Amino acid sequence: MTTASATVLINWGWIGRNLGPIGDSVVEHLVLTAPPVAFGFVLSFGLALLARRYRSLYQPLVRTTGVLFAVPSLAFFALLIPFLGLSRANAYVALTMYTLVVLLPNIVEGLDGVPADVTEAADAMGYSPSKRLLKVELPLATPVIIAGLRIATVTIIGLVTVTAFIGFGGLGDDILTGYNRAFPTQIVVGVTLTAALAILADVALLWLQRAVAPWRQGV
Amino acid sequence: MEVFLEGVLWLFDPENWSGINAIPDRVREHVVYATVALVIGAAIAVPVGLWTGHTGRLGNLAINVGNLGRAIPDLGIVAIAAVLIGFGILPVILALIALAIPPLLTNTYTAVRGVDPEVRDAAEGMGFTGWRLLRQVEIPLALPLIFAGLRVSTVQVIATATISGFIGRAGGLGRYIFDGLSMFDTPRVVAGAILVALLGVLADVGLSRLQRAVTPKGFAAALAEREPSPAAKA
Repeated sequence: MTTASATVLINWGWIGRNLGPIGDSVVEHLVLTAPPVAFGFVLSFGLALLARRYRSLYQPLVRTTGVLFAVPSLAFFALLIPFLGLSRANAYVALTMYTLVVLLPNIVEGLDGVPADVTEAADAMGYSPSKRLLKVELPLATPVIIAGLRIATVTIIGLVTVTAFIGFGGLGDDILTGYNRAFPTQIVVGVTLTAALAILADVALLWLQRAVAPWRQGV
Repeated sequence: MEVFLEGVLWLFDPENWSGINAIPDRVREHVVYATVALVIGAAIAVPVGLWTGHTGRLGNLAINVGNLGRAIPDLGIVAIAAVLIGFGILPVILALIALAIPPLLTNTYTAVRGVDPEVRDAAEGMGFTGWRLLRQVEIPLALPLIFAGLRVSTVQVIATATISGFIGRAGGLGRYIFDGLSMFDTPRVVAGAILVALLGVLADVGLSRLQRAVTPKGFAAALAEREPSPAAKA
């Protein structure tokens, strides 16, 4: 690598020659993103139901997820090495924990935001608590829950880049490799495609929300 | 759990409290990086948020910059800045500023925009206009939400300042984590992680106290029942 080529921000030739590996990085990035968001959603949902059943648990749970969020991601991966090694499970566990800080409050607040007269009407119509949750509360809370899911997904797509330090990374691996080789093009490709994935995921979830819940809560 | 315990013991080892890699020095560096980034970030984001919120102009821009900022990976900003402008702390500070801006900008804009139109009308009816309306009505009412944004920015900046250890010659608590990783010294990594998390939590608690202190009294009662969790407001 000569200094002259290192100062060129974008080397289009390199991009053209490496479309295959770049595509692989994108796929790997998605494979690293989807499971933590899915696990995080299921876990948050369980915790949200628990927090609604036992109200005094809610604030401590939210505070705990806040503390977890304050742990730097790289340190989180490092802390899990003794238990999970440099495995994919390591990345999944740490990333899952980061989704809770957004998903748990959004699910609880979404469900809490259902107007009392609506839930009372459901009770009066003979809905059991579980049927009321599925048929009444959950649909009305969907916009708030998906708003949380959007933030969580965008955050995780960004954080996946940090897993490059434990040998994964998806597009983060391109950022790290580009840095180690002092080759800006590869960094720019990694950054741009990560941001593009985040924006696409955000828009896709917004469409999903409009498709499955075209109503707005409280209106 | 044993690993965690070893990290705690490392923290209490007097050897780590003096000399070249002393905990107080690393903490101070970390606080300085985070504070510089937050102050510069706030100096950019808050005026822009106030102006867009007050005038209602370029509101979508404020929201989109906020969302785009969240989408860009910090690691990438540090890497590109390091390759282009060299090593040292400058690339880290730049990345941290970029990280601090989105929550502050989005929250400031949303807060000022969200001031009850009736309140605004009443103030205008009493002869408040322009700067005075912003200064005496909109800003006080917007302060709690602006502070919520500051809390999100602060926790993220403190956690991400760890990345200073990645770039040569920079200090901060990230040193413990990156050095520990490369030396296979896990207690050092754990200790670094504990210190960063502790710093983040302390800053959040301190800011939430300050937030309560600056909230207008009549407004505080209405907010009391639903204090927003910082992340959900991001």
